[in-house]
Formats: sequence, structure tokens, C-alpha cells
Amino acid sequence: MVWWNVLMPVIEVTDLVKNYGDVEAVRGVSFSVEAGEVFAVLGPNGAGKSTIVEILEGHRSKSSGAVSVLGHDPGLAERSYRERIGIVLQDPAVEGQLTVEEVINVYGSMYPRRRKTGDLIELVGLEEKTHARIKTLSGGQKRRLELALGIVGDPELIFLDEPTTGFDPSARRQAWSIIDNLTSLGKTVLLTTHYMDEAQHLADRVAVIADGRIVATGTPETLGGRDTARTVITFHLDLQTVEGFPVAEMARLDSGLVTVKSDNPTRDLHLITGWALDHDVELAGLKVARPSLEDVYLELTGGDNHV
Amino acid sequence: MSERPSNRSLLQIQSAYQLRMFFRSPMAAFFTLFFPLMIFLVFSLVFGNSTSGVTGVTAAQYYAPAMAVFAAVSATYTNLAVTTAYQRDLGILKRVRGTPLPSSIYMVAKIVAATLIAALAVGIMMTIGVVFYGVQIFAATILSATVTFGVGVATFAALGLLVAAVSSSGEAATSITNATLLPLAFFSGIFIIPTADTPSWIETFSRIFPLKHFVEPFVAAFNPETVGAGWDWASILYMSLWGVVAVILAIRYFKWSPPQGREVRRRGRQSASVDT
Repeated sequence: MVWWNVLMPVIEVTDLVKNYGDVEAVRGVSFSVEAGEVFAVLGPNGAGKSTIVEILEGHRSKSSGAVSVLGHDPGLAERSYRERIGIVLQDPAVEGQLTVEEVINVYGSMYPRRRKTGDLIELVGLEEKTHARIKTLSGGQKRRLELALGIVGDPELIFLDEPTTGFDPSARRQAWSIIDNLTSLGKTVLLTTHYMDEAQHLADRVAVIADGRIVATGTPETLGGRDTARTVITFHLDLQTVEGFPVAEMARLDSGLVTVKSDNPTRDLHLITGWALDHDVELAGLKVARPSLEDVYLELTGGDNHV
Repeated sequence: MSERPSNRSLLQIQSAYQLRMFFRSPMAAFFTLFFPLMIFLVFSLVFGNSTSGVTGVTAAQYYAPAMAVFAAVSATYTNLAVTTAYQRDLGILKRVRGTPLPSSIYMVAKIVAATLIAALAVGIMMTIGVVFYGVQIFAATILSATVTFGVGVATFAALGLLVAAVSSSGEAATSITNATLLPLAFFSGIFIIPTADTPSWIETFSRIFPLKHFVEPFVAAFNPETVGAGWDWASILYMSLWGVVAVILAIRYFKWSPPQGREVRRRGRQSASVDT
């Protein structure tokens, strides 16, 4: 590794625009990803995240703006660029007539640096399927093979396009631990997903895309002011017993459910529970929560129709 | 940093890969290798060893090279068009495009594999013809037959890739190749031996297309009445012209990614089944 590799961002996108005819799919997007970072692009379908990733992969041309990945212009489709990246497609795309081992060998043969076929098969947990025809694999197994093909060339930067869509919970955990392994080796990962927990588990930083624009960037903990947002205290309460309730000015009552947004949760919670004990009232379903990443996401993308 | 793999080894690996896929696809192998052979056996059975048509040779002596050409065109034109278009539908071409494999090597490997399959089909056909039906092969014309085969196969491989380039899907490529190859095979004298009674418009029409220029010199090379080495340079050049134009258009119109709508539709189905 030379000095500028450390100093320069792996991905640098400035004012990226992509038009399809009259439709503006991407409207001036800027972000950068540092070496070793896992960067998640979150957004509903049709928000433009696939278009952005495909421009970075070199599959699509940009309309305007500047894109630099590992010091290359992906639009030039250089062999030297493709030797350094790994792409994991959303839909598994390999010939069903071949075996797992054959396909990994053939794709591996294209790269100057390559991981050993046996190691890769072990990494993605397909040992028992080494000599099986790909058409006999389950959907999840095909996706794991896809993951193996994406990293067969030992890439510095990995593109993961919705890597666990369609996985059952245990397969997702397994895929996450594989991705964790990769990042612990210092690989940079650009991830698209519409799962909040996936972004939270894997990503160092998240950009939320809606309608072709980045509406928020941050760590999963701070996204959209999540860390400074008010704590929400909720509980059920009978209407007749509200008399003398201490923080009434902050409370909202909605068919028996009381919601208190608090900047000072320790004090307010103390007041509420103290009041409840004094009045011998049980606060059914008492919950103290910060807004979840999902709440923030829904607020940012302006809707809950896609989750 | 290790060495970048050489173009030569990449070409070898990719050609072997394409061949392996062909031989593991029973339908493709059947229609390319055995279907023309079956037609040859049926025609030889029906027409016997009687001499027919203006060619003045036995049915087997005519149909062995004619059906060999049909097999060679199936192996290149039909096969390349259909498999390449389906590979694009499945996203396989997009995946290949994202690797450091030069696209030219990928395409040449497809053509090399198709050519080897065509050579195998021709070899099987001529061997069975010689062994069981007394088909004669002539030393004087073997070179011109080989060159005609080479140029023909290259031309139809290029045309196959052109069909793949302009087809919207694998199904479309299948339709286009069938709708073009089968009628032209009839008009070009692959199934029906041209006679003095053949309408002249068929002759004129079929000469526009490259298939006639492949079949005629190749069949003539196995005609005992052919004098000299059997070179038909006009046909070879005319075929090459079709091939060159096909290559230029195929490069111009080739797409690696599946059509946008198709991808979105598939994606929609997938997320629907997952989210609910």
C-alpha cells in the first residue's frame, strides 16, 4: 500500500447526475468512502441507489458529475480497475450446468490475485455442494456462491447489492459474518440494502437516498439526529386516572396510549413512576425508547409504504 | 502482486468452459449434433442410393455435406444467438462484464467453442456417410471444402452474435433464428436438392443470403463430377462480406445488461415474495 492509498478516499462522488430521457434518476449526489469503511446506501426501490452503484461498478454511464473509485474512472471500463473490485449481483447469475467448484475456478482464473477455491467454498459454507451442479442449489446457496464469486479476485473494494434479500434469518447471520470477516481484512465495502438491521449491523456509515438525492448521511447511531432526538416514553393508562399527572404538558394521549417525548428522560421517568406509585396505578406496557433507525428512515424517505 | 493471466490461457479456459456448458445442455447437443444426423439418415433411407436432381450423385453423397452444413450453422448461428441472449437475460453477461476478463476474449472463446462443435458435427456426419453410405471424399477438394467450412462457420457465428445483440430476450433469439434458418435451408437446397425444375426466383432469392454460398461450394466439393480443386472464391468472398458486416453491427448493438424492464420486473417479484 502506498501513501496516497491511505490518504485518498476509495470512492469519491461529486454532484453525480443520471438522466434516463426526461427522468432524473440521480439528482446531484455527493459522498465519499474511506479505505476499510463499510458504507451502506439505504433507500426504497426506485430511489436511485442501484443506478448509483451501477455507475460506480462501470455498468452504467453517468450524465454529469465526477466519479473516482480507487483512483479510476469506472466509466472507462479498464481491466486494471476490474481487477481491484468485486461485484456481488442482486440476482444470482451463473450457468446451472456447472458445479460450484468449476464456476469458482473459471471466475478465479480471470484475476491476477485470487483466493483458493477450497478456502472460498469453506468461507461461504458450501463444502457439501462443491461438486453439485448449480441448478440443484437452493436460492440461499446460490446467493452464497454469488458472494464467493464477488470476492474470488481478492478485491480491495466490494460492491454488495442487497446481499441478503431473500435469505432466511440464519443465512443472513451467516452472510453478515462473512462480510464482517472481509471488513476485518481491511476491505472497503459499498452496500445497498433496504433492511435497517442490516445497515445497523454491517455499516460504519449510512447514506439514505430518496428520490435521487441523499437526504441524510451519518453513522447508524447518529443518522438523522437519532442520537440527539428526544426519548419516547409510552405506556397505557386509563382516562379517569390522569388527574395530577406530572408532565402533562409533554404528554399526548391517544386512545389510552400515553406518549411522552422527553429531553430529560431520567427525571421525567422518575416523576412519572413516582406519580404512578403514589396513585397506585400500574403503567401497562411501559416502554422507554430512542427513535429506531427504522423510524428515522421512514421519516427521511417520507413514507412507510415500502417496509 | 501476482501475474495477470495471459490472453492465451484465458482463451483456453473460456473456450473449454463454453464447450463444457454445451455438452451439459442435452437439448442444445441434441438439436445441433443429432437432429441433422437424423434427417440425413431419414433422407438416405427414403431416397436410397438413387441418383437424383441435377447433381447426378447419390442422395447420401449430396445430403451428407448438405446436412453437415446445416449442423455447422446450427452450432454457430442458432446456438450462439440463443445461448448468448439467454445468458444476458440471466445476468450472466453482466457478471462477466464486471470481471477483468476482456470482452473480446469472452466473445472469441464463444466462437472457438462453436467452431469446434461445428467441426465435430461435420466430422460425425461425414464419417457416418463414408462408413455406412459409401460417401466419397476427394483429396483434390479437401482444402477448398475446409476453407469454405472455416469462412462459413465464422460468418454464421458473427450472424449469431448479431441476432443475440438485437434480440430483446432468449425467446426472441430462438424465434429469429428458427424463422430465418429453416426457410433459408429449404431455399438454399439443404433439404430439397435443386433440380432443373426449381423455379428461378428461388435460385435468385437464395443467392442474396449467405447460406446458399456455404452449401453450394461445400456440396460441390463432394461431387465426383467437380473438376479441379473446387474453389468458389465468389461464394467465399460474398459470405465473408456478410460476416464482416455482421461483426460491425453486432459490436455496435451488443448489450451486456438485461433489458431494464425485465430486471425491474424480476426484482419486483423477488421483493414481493420476501417482504410479505
